[in-house]
Amino acid sequence: MAVERVTATDAALELINKLTKRHGPLMFHQSGGCCDGSAPMCYPEGDFKTGNSDMYMGDIGGAPFYMSKDQFEYWKHTQLIIDVVDGRGGMFSLEGPEGKRFLTRSRVFSEEERTELEQNSPV
Amino acid sequence: MRYDAPNTPESLVHFKNKYDNFIGGEYRAPAQGEYFDNVSPVTGTVFCQVARSTKEDVDAAVAAANKAKEAWGKTSTTERSNILNKMANRMEENLEMLAVAETWENGKAVRETLNADIPLAIDHLRYFAGVIRAQEGTIGQIDDDTVAYHFHEPLGVVGQIIPWNFPILMGIWKIAPALAAGNCIVLKPAEQTPASIYKVLELVEDLLPPGVLNVVSGFGVEAGKPLAQHEGIDKVAFTGETTTGRLIMQYASENIIPVTLELGGKSPNIFFEDVMAEDDSYLDKAIEGFVMFALNQGEVCTCPSRALIQESIYDKFIERAIERVKAINVGHPLDTDTMMGAQASKEQLDKILSYLDIGKQEGAEVLVGGDAAQVDDEDRSQGYYVQPTIFKGNNKMRVFQEEIFGPVLSVTTFKTKEEAMEIANDTLYGLGAGVWSRDINTAYRFGRALQAGRVWTNCFHDYPAHAAFGGYKKSGIGRENHKMMLDHYQQTKNLLVSYSEQPKGFF
Repeated sequence: MAVERVTATDAALELINKLTKRHGPLMFHQSGGCCDGSAPMCYPEGDFKTGNSDMYMGDIGGAPFYMSKDQFEYWKHTQLIIDVVDGRGGMFSLEGPEGKRFLTRSRVFSEEERTELEQNSPV
Repeated sequence: MRYDAPNTPESLVHFKNKYDNFIGGEYRAPAQGEYFDNVSPVTGTVFCQVARSTKEDVDAAVAAANKAKEAWGKTSTTERSNILNKMANRMEENLEMLAVAETWENGKAVRETLNADIPLAIDHLRYFAGVIRAQEGTIGQIDDDTVAYHFHEPLGVVGQIIPWNFPILMGIWKIAPALAAGNCIVLKPAEQTPASIYKVLELVEDLLPPGVLNVVSGFGVEAGKPLAQHEGIDKVAFTGETTTGRLIMQYASENIIPVTLELGGKSPNIFFEDVMAEDDSYLDKAIEGFVMFALNQGEVCTCPSRALIQESIYDKFIERAIERVKAINVGHPLDTDTMMGAQASKEQLDKILSYLDIGKQEGAEVLVGGDAAQVDDEDRSQGYYVQPTIFKGNNKMRVFQEEIFGPVLSVTTFKTKEEAMEIANDTLYGLGAGVWSRDINTAYRFGRALQAGRVWTNCFHDYPAHAAFGGYKKSGIGRENHKMMLDHYQQTKNLLVSYSEQPKGFF
């Protein structure tokens, strides 16, 4: 099985499913910086305009996941594992009113995984 | 001493059970009639409820602000200045009350709210009360017959979205210049800390004409987004993170309105070997500067979260620094001896812990801390506490590149100035930086070459009004804290006047 740059926990998939039913197709963009930074943001698909500066990382629960290319350069040695915790905030991210927050956990890729990503990854 | 917890009989602070929006000079229940629980991070328990607003409430607030803007924009600068000064006076008379309220809501140590947050907010109002009276337009004589007059005019109605790390101070940083410049405001406090600003409002609401300052609380997606997208506003000011910053610019592009953005950083704090040339109070100050990463539990956009120490002094320097970090007293935020309190929210605690995990996975060495803090008193067992933590590693690790927004410092070493510069600027952000050296040429040249908007030189975490604050690179757009912020809240009107009575002769 191909190495994935981004995955989601069962709890995250469940919440994505719930939000998709309510809001239609979704997308994610990994944030950086202050306050709610370093958190994944979830929007109705197309609400956030991605551009040349962004990188497509894969899908979670059917929703495309993006991050800025320059940020990716610092993150690329790790797999992002999107999870859910209790909480609020997340600015315009759709899950705020549910009393939940998506949270990015991470795992450092093994040497083998890194080699495979360098050879095969579309990103 | 320890202040009594709010809503207990002897406390200085009594929060209402419920807070409504403040629109057009009156408190109005949210259109949908819904409220959300506001939790104190000190204990993890609910202490009041706050309006959960929607687009209808934002529409009402923007309409109230638009109704008020013409009259408010025409008030004299003297009148507006006097109002800002009165607001400052009221806050000063209630400084302790505001400090305790903000500590209870945000979790920060009360010695910080008493000595930094609230006094700085008060001074900020007075600063803008001063500079607006001294501001002048300009006159350019183009030629003997033609004069260009430049007037400052308010933008009209501004939307302001406030972060949770300094609920009152960040509110005042935005409110003071906007009001001074003659704008009306629709302000949305962070949903993690919505109540503190209402305590300020209760003190000053009678000073401002109805509709000049409106507060709409609620969740970002339900209340913040309709505000940022609103066709009835003339500018958005936001402090937060990069993805939302981009989204706010995107929304602003739909209405062709300006934005100011403060989006955080990963500030390097650089210690050259000459700091250890003497064992004196300067060295003591430098060590304290290193420990500043723990101020406000690290929840500061300019947290000095990367320390770069010259290799030749590393062992001796870090030994003293660790000793000082170990002396940080993580305790009850309302205790005046407490140096570090609670993280602002549960999700913030979870995020910090996830970074402690990734730092360890990446092979960073834990020099001190590295975990959640154990709390021995029962009241606070459900609160959100973290040990001040130092990692040693290299600048390519994610703990060196991302704003953790917690009391987590990543330390590395350098051999030469060139290497220090390369590491310091190897970041997406450029908000703050610290330079420590006894050699003024090193400090000056190094500070000038750093890609950061604020370079603290032989100090850190000072935020006086009249020193411009804002970021390079991905840290945002605009400068707060200085009279130049007035430009971000004003239009320029040019009257180009001909005093010649002769036709041009073209037609």
